[in-house]
Amino acid sequence: MRIVVNIERCTGCGQCVESCPFTSIEIKDGKAFINEYCQLCRACMSVCPEGAIIEIMEEGDVVEADLSAYKGVWVFAEQRDGMVVSVAYELLGAGRRLADELKTELSAVLLGSSEDQAKELIKWGADRVYHCNDAIFDKFNDEPYSQMLVNLIKTHKPEIVLAGATPIGRSFIPRVAAKVRTGLTADCTALEIDKDSGNLLQIRPAFGGNIMATILCPNHRPQIATVRPRVMKRGEYNASRKGEVVPVSASGITGRTKVIDTIKEASECMVNLQEAEVIVAGGRGLSKPEGFKMLEELAELLGGAVGASRAAVDEGWVAYSHQVGQTGKTVCPKIYIACGISGAVQHLVGMQSSDIIIAINKNPEAPIFNVATYGIVGDVYEIVPLLIKKLKEAKA
Amino acid sequence: MNIIVCVKQVPDTSEVRINPETNTLVREGVPSIINPYDLHALEAALLIKEKTGAKVTVITMGPPQAEDALREAISMGADDVRLISDRAFAGADTWATSHALYKAIEKLGYDIILCGKQAIDGDTAQVGPEVAEFLNIPHIAYIRKIEDVSDKAIKVQRLMDDGYDVVESSLPVLLTVVKELNTPRFPSLKGKMAAKKAVITKMDMNDIGAEAGNVGLKGSPTQVKNIFAPQSKADRKMIEGSVEDQVEALIRELRGLKCV
Repeated sequence: MRIVVNIERCTGCGQCVESCPFTSIEIKDGKAFINEYCQLCRACMSVCPEGAIIEIMEEGDVVEADLSAYKGVWVFAEQRDGMVVSVAYELLGAGRRLADELKTELSAVLLGSSEDQAKELIKWGADRVYHCNDAIFDKFNDEPYSQMLVNLIKTHKPEIVLAGATPIGRSFIPRVAAKVRTGLTADCTALEIDKDSGNLLQIRPAFGGNIMATILCPNHRPQIATVRPRVMKRGEYNASRKGEVVPVSASGITGRTKVIDTIKEASECMVNLQEAEVIVAGGRGLSKPEGFKMLEELAELLGGAVGASRAAVDEGWVAYSHQVGQTGKTVCPKIYIACGISGAVQHLVGMQSSDIIIAINKNPEAPIFNVATYGIVGDVYEIVPLLIKKLKEAKA
Repeated sequence: MNIIVCVKQVPDTSEVRINPETNTLVREGVPSIINPYDLHALEAALLIKEKTGAKVTVITMGPPQAEDALREAISMGADDVRLISDRAFAGADTWATSHALYKAIEKLGYDIILCGKQAIDGDTAQVGPEVAEFLNIPHIAYIRKIEDVSDKAIKVQRLMDDGYDVVESSLPVLLTVVKELNTPRFPSLKGKMAAKKAVITKMDMNDIGAEAGNVGLKGSPTQVKNIFAPQSKADRKMIEGSVEDQVEALIRELRGLKCV
């Protein structure tokens, strides 16, 4: 496939040039010209007022493949030290919804851990759990994990596989996708079923987190997606739910890496950030490191933790462990107070599922106000100190 | 020992903004840079080179302009570079990108392959592990420290959510690295001279021996259906008035939320 300009229709207005995220369109002799930087994102097609930009099929393009043999939704249930991690339950919530919509079954894959943990997955929504309790899976090594999941996928042919976008999921799931020759979409923030085609619509931040993209995997199965912790809501826990645990053998599974030590290094602020009910976060608008001292004081008064945008972390005003967003932590506190944060999508995807968002920013056009529950247009250095003062008075 | 470093030329995404009227990206004047994580991978390779005398080859897949990234790599101390470039590679997703890199790397020979943990424009973190799978070699992701390297094995620290693992692997191996690993060096004057003079060797689809159905858009299982700006919250309430009024109103709301 290629994106081309119908030069008879093109008026040379240049709107496509501005729309292109890859600066791959130039105006030459009054007509638009798409050069070799084109990544086929189709952004230009939607802005062209003349409908002059079209996609053309080329010889060898895959049109359709038989995908009907692939059925069912799977969740990879990650475990650490034998305990299933929280994101697995969140994925079961999302997976259950997708499976019901597709009128199919939801299965979980648990490598390592115990049968008790496998049974818990049923209570959280799985109809079936493929469980292998071989000791090779106790510690995480990429090759055994990927070989096992590849074997199971080839045998049972699921149409969708979901995994947590954790250090483990993000490390070994790509090997699985490479091996079974299918698509993988990282860090999805929403998953939906396309009503017409039944394809999985995988929505994720793109281009450095400045905009959202819907990704499809139309001609390959399974459709694999990773989802960051705390993005999806858990499903309902039902202690009397019935399902089957299918034991699986690890025969023939090998690996060339070996974990020789595991060191726990619970960074306090990281833990606090993800468990805090209130987060006070700062961005570039604070314009100096001292601003974070002020936010710390406010966070302390509200019993919360301090977060930051990538801009503030890049400036060196605050440590990376405070970073919220696509390349930092995903959080969903009860209250998120964004101070001097403009609201790049990169940041929004890390905090937009917070219950209440309070945005304080000088610029009334700042995108952070688009996701805010309460917005205050004003100077952070006027609002926050007064807020601190009044909260202290109220406490005294 | 042969070390291959995979780098990507990316737009400096911290400079990218959305035009609020058209909801499209404003990329005008946005400079291209080497993906920051890849610089840490290159630095790690150069440190191993200093210790063992390894040869460091830096490769990139991209349009002809990605040559700039390779010249920068030479200025930092890379011994050799390859530009993997062909029109047929356009529109590649992570599967097709990894496939092309794998084909090229197979031609070059390797003991250690180093990559940044992810690229800042896509943030997928997939290409490194996928290349390892194609090459049928082990990989270890999120390396924060290289404890030991020999001709046959490597010992590293892998960053996890709650600490780190110490992991050993036989060679050949692919590693993806995080920023904590090291501080990338600045180009030397001698390096800059070398970079200016260097002839950049290109590899196209025939050179790497890939099939058209496995690269570029044709080889990509995923497709971008559309791109859009995030939606606004409908029930937003703006708090107006003097600073005093705003703070008072905010405290009332916080009280209502039982936060104060």
